[in-house]
Amino acid sequence: MTDIIELNQVDKIYPGVGGTQVLSGIALKFRAGSFNSIVGQSGSGKTTLLNIIGTLDQPSHGEVLIDGKRTNLMSRDQLAELRNQTIGFIFQFHFLLPEFTALENVLMPYRIKQNHLPKEILKRANDLFEMVGIAQVKNNLATRMSGGQQQRTAIIRALINNPKIVLADEPSGNLDTLNTEGIYKTFRDVNREFGTTFIIVTHDRRIAEQTDRIVEIQDGKIKLDIQR
Amino acid sequence: MLSLRIAIRFLRSGHGQTVLVILGIGVAVSAQIFIGLLISSLQLTLIDRTIGRSPQITITSNTSNVYFKEWPSIAIRTQTTGLIKDLGVCASGNAIIEHNNKTIPILFRGMDANAFNRIYKVGPAIYQGQWTTSANEVLVGRELKDDLDYRLGDNLVMQTADGKTGTYKIVGFYDLGTASLNKTWVISSLATTQEFFGYGKGVTSLEITVDQLFQADVIAAQIKNVLNNNNLTVDNWKAQNQELLSGLQGQSTSSLMIQIFIIVSVVIAIASILAITVFQKSRQLGILKAMGIKDRAASLIFIFEGLILGFLGSIMGVFLGILLLYGFSYGTTRPGQPALINITIDYKFIALSWGISILAGVLAALIPARRSLRLNPIDVIREG
Repeated sequence: MTDIIELNQVDKIYPGVGGTQVLSGIALKFRAGSFNSIVGQSGSGKTTLLNIIGTLDQPSHGEVLIDGKRTNLMSRDQLAELRNQTIGFIFQFHFLLPEFTALENVLMPYRIKQNHLPKEILKRANDLFEMVGIAQVKNNLATRMSGGQQQRTAIIRALINNPKIVLADEPSGNLDTLNTEGIYKTFRDVNREFGTTFIIVTHDRRIAEQTDRIVEIQDGKIKLDIQR
Repeated sequence: MLSLRIAIRFLRSGHGQTVLVILGIGVAVSAQIFIGLLISSLQLTLIDRTIGRSPQITITSNTSNVYFKEWPSIAIRTQTTGLIKDLGVCASGNAIIEHNNKTIPILFRGMDANAFNRIYKVGPAIYQGQWTTSANEVLVGRELKDDLDYRLGDNLVMQTADGKTGTYKIVGFYDLGTASLNKTWVISSLATTQEFFGYGKGVTSLEITVDQLFQADVIAAQIKNVLNNNNLTVDNWKAQNQELLSGLQGQSTSSLMIQIFIIVSVVIAIASILAITVFQKSRQLGILKAMGIKDRAASLIFIFEGLILGFLGSIMGVFLGILLLYGFSYGTTRPGQPALINITIDYKFIALSWGISILAGVLAALIPARRSLRLNPIDVIREG
């Protein structure tokens, strides 16, 4: 298996008096189709790391390669295209567009890619709604759903373009234990069926233990990297 | 198109704000349409009631002989330009009236009754008596009548400078709306004045109206060219009424300035509203950018918002402006009197104003669109 994500000596320093170093000398590689978690205490730098992997944030030093391409050499539009077609994001706060329905939110990444919406994409969206159990609210505005329904909508949105990579930041933060189990089962199914690479940021070790690799971050550095 | 779809949804979701913005643009555009149409209608009314009720071009002799007999051929050649609306021939001369111990100089004007009606609108101006166009009958203006205390059926006696005297029966009184004309013109048939002044079949002027009033100078030059006769002077109203012309031009310029200021205020209003929208929608923009929307498409959302707001606001403004104009005309008209202004709806002006307002909306949207380019999705994601 090839590496789909590669981080070479990544530092992140936030400007300010003296500067705050959030990440320091991170060197990581993720294999295509792998199912990974990043764990760490609050403020350890795990979300910043995920944002840098997702090209939303830029490292202060070092480089990030996604699917073999150096992201620091890419234009804003190229990065946007990469995020749209290669990466699916699931944020800690669902980040749905309140003006649109759940289904419209889910189809948004596809519509960004191309204007014409084929029937199979609509079917895929509907199947995913069925799969995560919120088909009955798919035509509700995003604001007219519970926290759990919103988070599950955000998960379907991340999967709609069938991305090679899914980056999830505390995806089960708003869900109860039963739903959390269901979500991770869905992630696993997608991982197996489509070979999608998953990187899940969590502070919950029980969830992390269900993944194939656990990377632990402490004070901006890799403390542990356990491959199972 | 995704950007348009998002723009419409953003506008619909904040419908209260959207309606207010459209109303704001509508009121501003209506003011612009109202002022523009009001000034142009006022000008056209003014022109119609001044220049429009007299010949715009006159052909006279510039030799010592004030009359000329070859007028039929001059009239035919003038018609060949194809630019004139009406043509009448007139035989005029100066005379004095001595009546009730007063001596008053007048201009005795003879013209074919139909031509007098078409060019000077004399028919509707007769407020007492009527014009029978018989020989030796005359019409007298309101001021002259009042001055000399004439009554219908009175005899009017006039005398030329060389002592020739004529007596005419007053058959009507007119009011052309201009005191100087009412006081000096005594109107009769062409044959009467020709006979009185001894012109034979000659006339003293050809009086011409044109459809395009503001082209009168150009048409006069063409007529002069066609006639190619140094004994004739071709004059036009623009050369004779420089002050009126500059007054009209001043009015047009001030109207244009007011309209420009209104458009500038529309641009500023739309720009500031859309700038607030960018701020309000920065979270949504951040999410869209995180999902991979490109900068150009993100900017287009605001361009479309400006376009839609400008489009709907200006449609409303056009209707409101026309409504205001009719309301103004209705409100300023006194019962039994003609309207203060004759409303003229200039469709070209409306289309232009509409187009400019839409363009203003798009221009105004460029500022927030540029601002949206600077928005970094990570700032939104970090804020949570």
